[in-house]
Amino acid sequence: MPGLDAHIPPGPLEEKWTTARFETKLVAPQNRRKFEIIVVGTGLAGGSAAATLGEMGYNVKVFCFQDSPRRAHSIAAQGGINAAKNYKNDGDSVHRLFYDTIKGGDYRSREANVHRLAEISLQIIDQCVAQGVPFAREYGGLLDNRSFGGAQVSRTFYARGQTGQQLLLGAYQALERQIDAGTVKMYPRHEMLDLVVENGRAVGIITRDLVDGTIARHSAHAVVLATGGYGNVFYLSTNAKGSNVTAAWRAHKKGAYFANPCYTQIHPTCIPVSGDYQSKLTLMSESLRNDGRIWVPKDKNDRRNPNDIPEGERDYYLERMYPSFANLVPRDVASRAAKRMVDEGYGVGPLKNGVYLDFKTAIERLGRNVIEQRYGNLFDMYANISGEDPYRQPMRIYPAVHYTMGGLWVDYNLMSNLPGLFVLGEANFSDHGANRLGASALMQGLADGYFILPTTIAGELANFLNQPVPSTDSPAFVEAENGVREQINRLLTINGKRSVDSFHRELGQLMWDYCGMARNRQGLETALQDIEALRQEFWRDVRVLGGEATLNQSLEKAGRVADFFELALLTCQDALHREESCGGHFREEHQTPEGEAQRDDEHFAYVAAWEYCGPGKPANLHKEDLVFENVHLAQRSYK
Amino acid sequence: MSLNLLLKVWRQAGPADEGRFETYTPRDVNEDMSFLEMLDVVNEDLIAQGKEPIAFDHDCREGICGSCGVVINGIPHGPKKMTTTCQLHMRNFKDGDTIVVEPWRATAFPVIKDLIVDRSPLDRIIQAGGYITAPTGAARDGNEILVPKPTADLAFEAAACIGCGACVAACPNGAGQLFTAAKIAHLNLLPQGQPERWSRTVAMVDTMEEYFGSCTNYTECEAACPKGISIDFIAKMNRDYLKAKFKDRRQTTKVDTSEAGA
Repeated sequence: MPGLDAHIPPGPLEEKWTTARFETKLVAPQNRRKFEIIVVGTGLAGGSAAATLGEMGYNVKVFCFQDSPRRAHSIAAQGGINAAKNYKNDGDSVHRLFYDTIKGGDYRSREANVHRLAEISLQIIDQCVAQGVPFAREYGGLLDNRSFGGAQVSRTFYARGQTGQQLLLGAYQALERQIDAGTVKMYPRHEMLDLVVENGRAVGIITRDLVDGTIARHSAHAVVLATGGYGNVFYLSTNAKGSNVTAAWRAHKKGAYFANPCYTQIHPTCIPVSGDYQSKLTLMSESLRNDGRIWVPKDKNDRRNPNDIPEGERDYYLERMYPSFANLVPRDVASRAAKRMVDEGYGVGPLKNGVYLDFKTAIERLGRNVIEQRYGNLFDMYANISGEDPYRQPMRIYPAVHYTMGGLWVDYNLMSNLPGLFVLGEANFSDHGANRLGASALMQGLADGYFILPTTIAGELANFLNQPVPSTDSPAFVEAENGVREQINRLLTINGKRSVDSFHRELGQLMWDYCGMARNRQGLETALQDIEALRQEFWRDVRVLGGEATLNQSLEKAGRVADFFELALLTCQDALHREESCGGHFREEHQTPEGEAQRDDEHFAYVAAWEYCGPGKPANLHKEDLVFENVHLAQRSYK
Repeated sequence: MSLNLLLKVWRQAGPADEGRFETYTPRDVNEDMSFLEMLDVVNEDLIAQGKEPIAFDHDCREGICGSCGVVINGIPHGPKKMTTTCQLHMRNFKDGDTIVVEPWRATAFPVIKDLIVDRSPLDRIIQAGGYITAPTGAARDGNEILVPKPTADLAFEAAACIGCGACVAACPNGAGQLFTAAKIAHLNLLPQGQPERWSRTVAMVDTMEEYFGSCTNYTECEAACPKGISIDFIAKMNRDYLKAKFKDRRQTTKVDTSEAGA
C-alpha cells in the first residue's frame, strides 16, 4: 500500500513555505464573501483563524461550547510562547528552533511543518504585540524573554504566568471585532455532534444548542476543527473539565484518519492528587523549573519537614542525572524521572506521591520580590490548593496528563484526508512529534490560525468558486442528524444505575495505569479488554437524568465520555502496535540500559494514521513515512 | 478533616421558572476539596437519588477561564479575597456552617438554569471597541514598539480581568463599570491603543450603558474581583470618556470596518 501523501512542497527546507504560498491558488478579495466557512472551537487556533478569515472577507460561522469564545482552554496556558527572535543574542535562529523542536519531539514529526512553524514564530510575536498583548518588558521598553525546558537559549515571550490568557484575549478581541463587523457569526453554548460528509467531502456539521437542546444543520464550503486535545480521556488531567474529543472523534468516525493517539504528554510539574474527589489536576508552569530545584530526600523514610533536611541528605536527581540541562530537561524526561523516584519509594507529602520543587536558593539569590514578580500568581494558586506557602517550604509536584501530540491526520496544508476538512492546533497531530516542548503549543495554535490556514484554505476553496453552499436537505445531512438524535435518545433512556462521572473516572484510571507514563504489552492487552467491558457496561447501565430540550450537563458529559471510550481503545491499539519508545510513548520493553526511551527508527519512523472500521472493530493502519533530510537522527541526550 | 454542612442552593429549571432554595446536607466534605468539587459530591448524591444535579458553569477549574462564579453567603465567589469559586477550598469553612449558594443576580445576567446565567452583554461591550485594530499580517517588528515597563505592568494589571461578572453581581446597581474600565485601561494605556483611544472609550461606555446599571461608587466590585482589578481604572475610564466628548465629534463616531481587507 502506498504511504499517505502529506503534499509537502518540493525544494530546500527553507524555501518550502515560500514555495507553497506562491503555488497555492488564491481567492480574490471580491470573491471571498461567496464562501462559507465553519470553525469549531475558539481557542488560540480557532479564534485566530476565525478572526483572520473574517478580516479577509469570508463568511464565517464559529461554534464553541462555552458561554463565550474567551473561555477556551488556551486561556490556561501559563508559561509562554517561543519565537526565534534571538533578541537575547544567545545564538538562536529559525534553524535552531526547528532543530530543538524536532529533537524535543524525538524525531517523530515532519521536518517541513516544524520548519514552517519556526519561521512563522517571528510573525506571531509581532502580530500579538500589535494587538496590545501586554508581554513582559525590560526597563528600556523592549520585550523580555525567559528560558524553557528542552532549549539552551532564552526565546520564550511571556505575560507573567498568564501568557495563554493574554494571547487568547488578543485573538478573542480580534474575533469580537469581526462579529461586530458581521463577517463572523458566533454560536456560543453550541456543541458539534457530527461531521457531515457527502461524496467523501466535508460539507457541514450537526450541532446541539446547549441551552435549549435544538439540533441544527450547518453547511459550508469548508469545515475547520480547532477543538483541542483529548487529555481528558484520563479523567484527571490539566485540561478544562469541558475539554473533549467529540468533534474530532465524530470526524474520525466519518472517515478522517486519527494519527498517533498514543503520543500523550505527561507534564512534570503539577500539584499531586489529594483525594478521590479530585476533579482535575492543576499545572504549575514549567517556567518554574528555571528557578526551582527538584529533589527528594536521600532516605526513603525521611519524614522531616523539608526545610529541616540538610543539603547533603537531598538528592537533586535531575541535576545529578542530566548535568547539562539539569532541571530544564524536556517534559517527558522530567516526568519519567519523577515517576521513578516515587515508584522507588522516595515520594514526599502525606500520600508519598510527589517530589519537591524548591525555590529556597532562588529566593536567596534574587530576593522574594523577583520571584513574586515572575511567578506570583502560580505561588498564590499553589497556596490556595495545597494550603501550604511555597515561599516558605518547597512545592510538592507530580506529573499529570497535560497535552496530546496525537490528533486528526492533516497534510502540509492542514487538510485532513477528507477534502474540505481542516484541523488546527492541538486537535491535529502535525508539529510536535512524540513530545511537545514547553511554550510551543501557543506558537502552533497561532501559527495555524493566523498564518497557515488562511493561506492554505484558499487553495481548496478556489476549486469551488461560484458553487453554492451544499444543501442541508441532502440525505447526508438527514442521516447525520438522525444519528445524533438517536444517540441522545439512547443515552436518556438507558436509565441505569451509575453516573457518567463514575464511568469516566474508572476509564481514566485504566488509562493511567496501563497507558500512562509507562506502557507494556501485557498491560495494554489488559486495558483493551477492560475498557471494552467497561464501555459495554456504560451503554447498559449509565444514568442520564433530565430532558433533551433543556440545558442538560449530564447529557453533554455522557456523549463526550461515550467518545472517550472509543478513543481509549484506539489509543491502546496504537500504543500496542508501536514497538518502540519515543517521547511521550514509553514502552517498558524498549529502553536503554540507563532507562531512557529507545527508538526504533528502522521500523517506526512513520506517522500511524488510523482509519475507523466500524464499531468494535480494530482500526486500519495507514502509514506516512517520515523523511529526514536535514537533521541527523540520534538518541536524544540531555546529559 | 470532614465537615458537616447545611447547603441552601438556588434551583431554577429555566428562565420562566420562579426558582426556590433547596436544602442539602452533603456527606464526606473534606477541607482539601474545592467548592466545586463539593458541589460535584452533592451532584453525585442527587443522581444516585434520581434527582437532577445542580447546573453550574465551570471549565478550567484553575481560576483563569472566568466560567465559574456563584454567590456564596451573599458574596460573589465567596469569603476568600481574590479567589474564584473554583479556587475556593473548603478549608475556608467551618464544621456546622450553613452555606447559601445563588447565581449572579443582575438584570443584565438573566438566569438560564439553576446557578447558570447569561453573561453575553460582556461580549457585546468588547464588540463595541474592546480591541486594537490590527489585521493579521500587518504588524511591524515587536521590538519597534517600546512600552515602558511601568506602563506594560499597569496595562497587564487591567488585562488580567477574566470576565467572570462578579463585579456586576456585587454591585447594588448591577453596573458593568469595572469590567469595561479594565479593558479600556488595558488598551488605552498602550502606545498601540492610541489611534482608537477616544472612539473606543465612547463606544464601549455607551454599549455598557445599554445593558448595565449606573455606577455610584459603592466599590463593591473591587472587593469582589477575583483578580484584584482596581477601581482606579474606573476613574481613568471616566476621564477618557469626558475627554473624548470634548474631541471632534466626528472622531468619536464609530468607523465601519466591515469591508476592511475585503
